[in-house]
Amino acid sequence: MTIKRVGILGAGKVGIVLAGLALDAGYTVRISGSGDVKKIALTIKMLVPGAIATENTDVIANSDIIILAIPLSRYQNIPAALLKGKLVIDAMNYWWETDGIREEVLAPDTTSSEQVQAYFNTSTLVKTFNHMGYHNLQEEAHAAGDPKRKALFVTGDEHTAVNEVAQFVDTLGFDQVVHYQLADGIMTEPGSPLFGASLSYTDLKDVIDHFDQTEFGKKIATAKKI
Amino acid sequence: MVNVNELEFGIETFGDIVANEDGSLKTAAESIRQIIHEGEIADQFGIDVIGVGEHHRPDYSVSSPETVLAAIAAVTKNIKLATAVTVLSSDDPVRVYERFATLDGLSNGRAQVMLGRGSFTESFPLFGYDLTDYDDLFNEKLDLYNELRKEKPVTWSGKFRPALKNQEVYPKTENGELETYIGIGGSPESIIRTARYGYKVILAIIGGQADRFKPYIDLYHAAAKDLNMPEYPVAVHSHGFIADDEDKAIEVAFKNIKANFDRIGLTRGWAPMSREQFDNETQVGSFYVGNPETVAQRIARTVDLLDLGRFDLVYGAGNQTVAQRERMIELYATKVIPRVKEILQAKEAAK
Repeated sequence: MTIKRVGILGAGKVGIVLAGLALDAGYTVRISGSGDVKKIALTIKMLVPGAIATENTDVIANSDIIILAIPLSRYQNIPAALLKGKLVIDAMNYWWETDGIREEVLAPDTTSSEQVQAYFNTSTLVKTFNHMGYHNLQEEAHAAGDPKRKALFVTGDEHTAVNEVAQFVDTLGFDQVVHYQLADGIMTEPGSPLFGASLSYTDLKDVIDHFDQTEFGKKIATAKKI
Repeated sequence: MVNVNELEFGIETFGDIVANEDGSLKTAAESIRQIIHEGEIADQFGIDVIGVGEHHRPDYSVSSPETVLAAIAAVTKNIKLATAVTVLSSDDPVRVYERFATLDGLSNGRAQVMLGRGSFTESFPLFGYDLTDYDDLFNEKLDLYNELRKEKPVTWSGKFRPALKNQEVYPKTENGELETYIGIGGSPESIIRTARYGYKVILAIIGGQADRFKPYIDLYHAAAKDLNMPEYPVAVHSHGFIADDEDKAIEVAFKNIKANFDRIGLTRGWAPMSREQFDNETQVGSFYVGNPETVAQRIARTVDLLDLGRFDLVYGAGNQTVAQRERMIELYATKVIPRVKEILQAKEAAK
């Protein structure tokens, strides 16, 4: 599939930064917020001129790839059937300040992306863009080969989808460290040494490859055994 | 275009615990008394504003900023007294009005309200609020505050507080209204909300390049025009540290700002600050660190780029000594501020 049209659900800080990067990369961008288009129209016009401010249904119907950039606690506000058959990027994390108590948002035994995938069970989910701060995303996008280029972790269960998203990440200005297991998304969630970090490909790969040796990795491993 | 003559400069503290020369920490009480003294120094040096934050954590000494500001008021003459910020979401707008109106009275009209949603959330469980109401709480309380600020009888009802029926609030201020800013971390919704209420904007730029905020400032002005509301020059607050010696400044700032950010990161799950990140912040980002010339050049660039009316430097992050804190305030007032004005005047003349 050729990706030409990017749809972003969520017009907050992350959604707007990703819209800007996608516009710079030459994509057609549609973006929606919660509620009326009027609420975001001026914001989109001023912050990411060229992106189309619209409703969820229009974003989903007219995009080749959909990015979820809403608070994790609100993904179930989007009917799962709307995203049927779509390639979906999960850029969300559990974030207690906006999402509230973890137990009320997430089941304890699986990662957030697995739960999002289970909800959108007719879509293909790939997790990325979730672990780098939004201002690093905005400021540190570079062309391939640039020595200052940073890398993003891209992971999901479906090989083709993961590869397509990795290619998409490349066009937005980042190297990719790729895994083919959605559950590995835990490696970049809050608490991980990678959450909020902005690293080169080599440094990111090094942490991912030796994840079980990090404090966070050890904690996850212990939790799994119990 | 920046109006150099009307440009304001402030300092802000979150009430970080002050360190002794031997590295041990002073008590919260000692740290509070130090802030009063620093307010006095800042006033003597002619700094325009001092802002004191509200936190409910062991690493910060101030949970009642208006009380601290009241003590500063008693030993100062001109400096404006601001909160940085008042966490309105978990406060009672009636009490907020009363405290500030009182501060305004005892300081001859120098009180300045800065309202925010707060970047910390400890106040929510403390005062019995639910974080999931984060947005609704702020919206509703701002709505009530805005009514109270008119200083007329208020009839109001909402979800989170008992209704008011034709109630007066006291004391009335001498100016007829409290000067009010809204502190914003970069949410476009907050920008538009501030424009809608006709309040002033202070942007907290605590990471990354100031450049990325330019469209947000344009958004504020566009929204104010659309809504037919007054427009004010925008203020910015950022972290910094100034010392006579460049290398020493960087060393002290790295140790303290990193410790401060890492400690906060620990509870929020973000990774510790790397040296590369820190250097990037001090060179092109939002930490204003170095000798007076370096800091002046960087502040002047930001003020010019974003067309600001005010710049507040957050000082004392981490655990700095009295000497470091007081010298920083002195250098900021006597070297940095005049130099920033000089640079901006030269720039204007060249245009």
